[in-house]
Parts: sequence; structure tokens; C-alpha cells
Amino acid sequence: MDYGDLAAALARGMWVTVQITAGAAGVAVVAACVAGLARSSGKRLLRWPAVVYVELFRGTSALVQLFWIYFVLPRFGIDIGAMTAAIVALGLNVGAYGAEVVRGAIRTVPQGQRDAAAALSLTAAQTLCRVVWPQAVPAMLPPAGNLAIELLKNSALVSLIAVTELTFAAQLARTATLQTSQIFVLVLLAYFALALCITGGVRFLEKRLGATT
Amino acid sequence: MIFDWAYAMDILPRFVPALWVTVQATLAGMLIALTLGMVLTLLRRCRLIWVRWPTTALIEFVRSTPLLVQMYFMFYVLPEAGVRMSAFTAGALALGLHYAAYCAEVYRAGLEAVPRGQWDAAAALNLGHWSTLRRIIVPQAVSRVVPALGNYLVAMFKDTPLLSAITVVELLQLAKMIGAESFRYVEALTMVGVLFLILSLGAASLIRALERRMRVAHA
Repeated sequence: MDYGDLAAALARGMWVTVQITAGAAGVAVVAACVAGLARSSGKRLLRWPAVVYVELFRGTSALVQLFWIYFVLPRFGIDIGAMTAAIVALGLNVGAYGAEVVRGAIRTVPQGQRDAAAALSLTAAQTLCRVVWPQAVPAMLPPAGNLAIELLKNSALVSLIAVTELTFAAQLARTATLQTSQIFVLVLLAYFALALCITGGVRFLEKRLGATT
Repeated sequence: MIFDWAYAMDILPRFVPALWVTVQATLAGMLIALTLGMVLTLLRRCRLIWVRWPTTALIEFVRSTPLLVQMYFMFYVLPEAGVRMSAFTAGALALGLHYAAYCAEVYRAGLEAVPRGQWDAAAALNLGHWSTLRRIIVPQAVSRVVPALGNYLVAMFKDTPLLSAITVVELLQLAKMIGAESFRYVEALTMVGVLFLILSLGAASLIRALERRMRVAHA
């Protein structure tokens, strides 16, 4: 294995890391919006399942959740591949933290906005989509950016269920070449570069949406 | 296959030593994080730019790279440089270093939250930089810092399963071993999940109680 092969293997791993992070971010956004809205709802039947989901995923370790989804679910007949398990587990984990971000952001929208919407006889759905949500999103962005970086970092856990992402590629390269320090320094720099991309992306979005906070 | 309670009760005692390893790793990691975080905060407040700037860069770097890779770095790379240590020590150090970067941010936010006027008033009373920091600023920062540190303690506790990747037999590694020897992952992994849930929810409510008490004390 020469330096060209090594770089190619790490680049392939990095691409898988990007895919996992992006996929899990998609799952997380959906989970966070659904659970965050449900938890802000006045109806107990909606609020309770959201509370259970959020506390369950925030109260246990991401790695334990990943193992549970990968090793235990197949015993109940739900057999998903390692890649899907990775995306689902990481997405649901970050989604639980995201649900709290969504809930917090919705609470920052003043009650007067809702009252005004009611005075204009908007329906509940219209109030949410046209009045509350657009005002809540800018407040969600900075914490969402932090969560995206947490997600990127957690994607390294997936190497432990043998998905060949960046960290697993590094482990393979390490056993093949024994150039441990060079490989790990490269990998740390690669993660740092990806994190900088996320930070840059979030800053751009914040500017576009005119967030003042 | 469904959950077998008798089997779960059977393996329960085996989790006690593993839980102790997890707790030890958390406490050792937190001790390192609290002290190292303090050092990082002081270095970042240094007047010399070539001390301040690399410290800031280091904190950012540690915070944006995966703990698992940092752990591998400690475990595989440091021995090459002649630093020999056990897997547990490497793991606790990695936990401590990773969270030290977060603690440094917490300390900084706590110090910055103390109003500027407090510094001015201390200067007017002819207090030096260090005694101002020690006797005026830090006592006021504590109540803001403690809840955040508590949250990181819980977060670190939930990160201890990563030690399993460098061969430390903590809760998750034990569950994997039990699973491998009996081909029954359901009970062992579920019990580890439940243990984490109970302990971290318990710790979180303790922290909230502490937070309330501190708020009352400062009100």
C-alpha cells in the first residue's frame, strides 16, 4: 500500500462519512421537527410519545443505541443493513436533541403572534406554518449547527459496526501499513475540515435567513 | 425471540464490576477535564498572542473531531512515541482531553457573564488581576458554570462505551462479550441501555436540583 492507495482509501472512507452524516441529518431533521412540534402540542396523546422518544434517546449512549438497533432489532425480525442501521441510529439520536431545539425555538415566538393569528382567524395549521415556524427557524440555526457537528463526530462510531467510513478506513489502513501516527493525524484533519464546512454552511444559512441572534 | 427475564437476572451480577469501570472512567475523565479545562482557559486569557492563538485553535480542533479517533490516537500513536499506558488510562485521558475543551468554553462563558463593572470596581479598590479573579469574578461565575459542567459530566458518562473500542471491559464491552459467548444480544444490550437510562436520568435530575439550590442561594 503506497501513499496513493492510502489517500484513495481514506478519501473513499471520507465520502461514506459524508453520506452517513447527510443521511442521518435528514432523519434527524424529520424526527426533531415531528417530536419537537408534538412536544409543544397541547394534546397529551401527542406530547407523551415525544417525551418518551426524547428522554430515551438523550438518556442512553449513542453507541449503545447503535448496537441495539444493529444487533437486537434483527432478533425481532427487523433486519436492516449496517449502513441503514447507522443512518437510523445516528439520526434518531441527534433528532432527540434537535427536538428540544425545535421546542425551545417555538417557545421564543411571543404569544402575541399567536393571538394576532387567531384574531385574523387563521387555522391552527396556518398559524404554525405561516406565523410561528418562519419566526422560530432563525433561532434554531445556531444550535442546529452544533448538533450537525456532533453528528459528524458521532459518525465515527459507525466504524464499530464495520461500516467502511473514514475511521474504519483508517483502522484498515493502520493494520495494512503500520503508519499509525500519519494516518490518524490525517484522519483528524479530515474531520476538522468537514466540521469547518458545516460551520461555514450554517453561517451562510444564518446570513441568508437574517438571523440576528 | 423475546426478552428472557430469568436469563437477564442471571447475567445481572456480571455487570457490577463493569459498571464500576464505567464510573471510574467517568470520574477520572471529569477530574482531568476540570483541571485541564482550567489550564486551557488561563492560557487563552494570556496576553501573548502566540500562546492565546494556538490554545484557541487546539480547543476548536479537539471540539470538532471525533472522540473515538482521539481515543485511537492515544491508544495507538502515543505508545509509538514511547508513552506506555494501559487501555483504561488512554481512554480516561482521551475523555478528559475531549471534555477539557468543552469545560474551557464553559469557564470562559462563565467568566464573561460577570459584568465588566465588577472588574472596574475591583480595580477602583486597588485589587490586582489575580485577586480580582479569585475573590470577585470566580465566585460569581460558579453558579453559572456548575449546571453546564453537570451536563458535560452526564455527556461524558454516556461517552464511556467508546472505551470498548480500545479493549476496556466496561458495560458495553461486557454486553458484547456476553452476546458473543451465548449468541444472545437482546438481554445484555437492553440491560446496558436501561442502566444508562436510569443513571443518566438520575444524574440529570440531581443536577437540576443542584441548579435550583444555587439559584436560591444567589437570589
